[in-house]
Amino acid sequence: MFLQQLINGVALGSVYALIALGYTMVYGIITLINFAHGEIFMVGAFIGLLLVSYFKVNVFVAILGAMIFCMIMGVLIELIAYRALRKSSRLSALISAIGVSIFLSSLSLMVFGADAKGFPDTAFPVRQIHVGSADISTLQLLIIGVSACLMIGLEFIVKKTKIGKAMRATSEDYNTAALMGINVNRVISFTFALGSALAAAGGVLVGVLFNAVSFNMGLMAGLKAFAAAVLGGIGSIPGAMLGGLLLGVSEVFGVAIGYSSYRDAIAFSILVLVLLVKPTGLLGQKITKKV
Amino acid sequence: MGDFLQSLVASIDPYLMQILVNVGIAIVLALGLNVIVGLTGQLSLGHAAFMSIGAFTSAMITIKTGLPFSLNLAATGVVTAVVAALIGFPILRLSGDYLAICTLGFAEIVKVFFLNFEPTNKALGLTVPSARTAIPMPVYVWAVVILAIALVTFVQSSRFGRALKAIREDEIAAEAVGINTTRYKIQAFALGSFMAGVGGALYAHFLSYINPSDFGFLKSVDILSMVVLGGLGSVPGTVIGSSLLASAPEFLRFMSQYRMLVYGALLVFLMVFRPNGLLGGVNFADLLLRAIGRRPAGHGLKQR
Repeated sequence: MFLQQLINGVALGSVYALIALGYTMVYGIITLINFAHGEIFMVGAFIGLLLVSYFKVNVFVAILGAMIFCMIMGVLIELIAYRALRKSSRLSALISAIGVSIFLSSLSLMVFGADAKGFPDTAFPVRQIHVGSADISTLQLLIIGVSACLMIGLEFIVKKTKIGKAMRATSEDYNTAALMGINVNRVISFTFALGSALAAAGGVLVGVLFNAVSFNMGLMAGLKAFAAAVLGGIGSIPGAMLGGLLLGVSEVFGVAIGYSSYRDAIAFSILVLVLLVKPTGLLGQKITKKV
Repeated sequence: MGDFLQSLVASIDPYLMQILVNVGIAIVLALGLNVIVGLTGQLSLGHAAFMSIGAFTSAMITIKTGLPFSLNLAATGVVTAVVAALIGFPILRLSGDYLAICTLGFAEIVKVFFLNFEPTNKALGLTVPSARTAIPMPVYVWAVVILAIALVTFVQSSRFGRALKAIREDEIAAEAVGINTTRYKIQAFALGSFMAGVGGALYAHFLSYINPSDFGFLKSVDILSMVVLGGLGSVPGTVIGSSLLASAPEFLRFMSQYRMLVYGALLVFLMVFRPNGLLGGVNFADLLLRAIGRRPAGHGLKQR
């Protein structure tokens, strides 16, 4: 029982972590809460669904396709809705992000309709593997495996490549990075592309897991992933991973011990409690303001 | 008096009347949020939670006690303000986005609480009996709007309001000149929530049906967009912003299914072209003086 729920929780949590990474990276660089991020996740799920049902590709290709599509979309969104607002108040950018989010969800409501769509059964062969007392489905393994690979890939990009170094420099100090000859605009576009790709992958995985893709799936998933990012300490990449896993596992356990009608409140209660004890999240750095 | 007002209200087109009342309630809610976000600079993403606390409290007061509506409104406002102060005490220590997500989380918790709360019919929602007053609701709503505008205008220029603005501009500097920032932030939070509670009470009695799901994240976002669109910290701006956004869905009704699409795009473009809101940074007294030729041009716009 315990092991079973733990695996369910880790599968859900790794998806939260994938989405949370996008929030945290964008925040780390331009301190913007990108509220459209949840909708990018939703669009990713729809693209994956289209690829699987109409082009009969397998899940991995669908994930890849969705990632590429959302990468372009993320970069375009930044270009149109955020770039002009970079110098103005952060609230304006926030409202702009909310506008994008409303736009995207009503667009997909118009294009795909109001009812949830399922993936065809042939999308991914689901088999149960017995491990001790627990049943692990191949689906959960897929989710955990793909998420782990993507996170390792991200870690590699951020820590070992030149553009990753530029990203870290920009998030450390935007102006100084620009003075050092880093093309800040390109770094920001790249960050949006990276975050959007991760969200798209998360979207396809969630679509396959719950076998439901709908126009409003982005809102709650986005909010919870944002909560996960803040829980881990916003701006910190390992923090987002930790926060996502923590929220996923605790949500699954909360439901398992009978609080299913409080499901959406569990994640946020944990968040509020943690922030009260540790005001900058679990792995966030304490910033002392100087005058 | 009551009869006269009844006939006056009856003579106005009901559809127009409904839009007017929606706009009025939106103004009260947005002005409340304006105190928290615009004046004090504390980003709250959970304003709808206080609206729902107000709506359910006043509905329960009407059902259980049948208090006259004016007393009901006052009691509801006080209850909401007390809840806000209790919540605000721990969470207002957080700053910036941590505060924002905390208010958001709190709003979700309140929503889930009401969805599981037996006395208010859980997820079925609550049917609210009509308010105990001779004055028709639309008149009541607009009377409250005028009071709210007067209150916020007064607060803005009072000693209290100036302290809030100091906190908004620079919290450390404000503290250094002896402003008790924690106390003022909690008071601002309570005042804003008081107005949210009153707005919720009006909403409940005008619609006569409330459901916990009506007060979700999107409602908070709606109210926040009104404040930011109109211009942070500006009372006329907030009034215009909320009038525009509360009636926009009606004006856009001819586009039927494209309505929300256009609304979203409109938010983005308004922000891109007018980042400080429609009237942000516009000083009205100054404009007026300039219009009557008392002051040379060029002083009207001040940088925020």
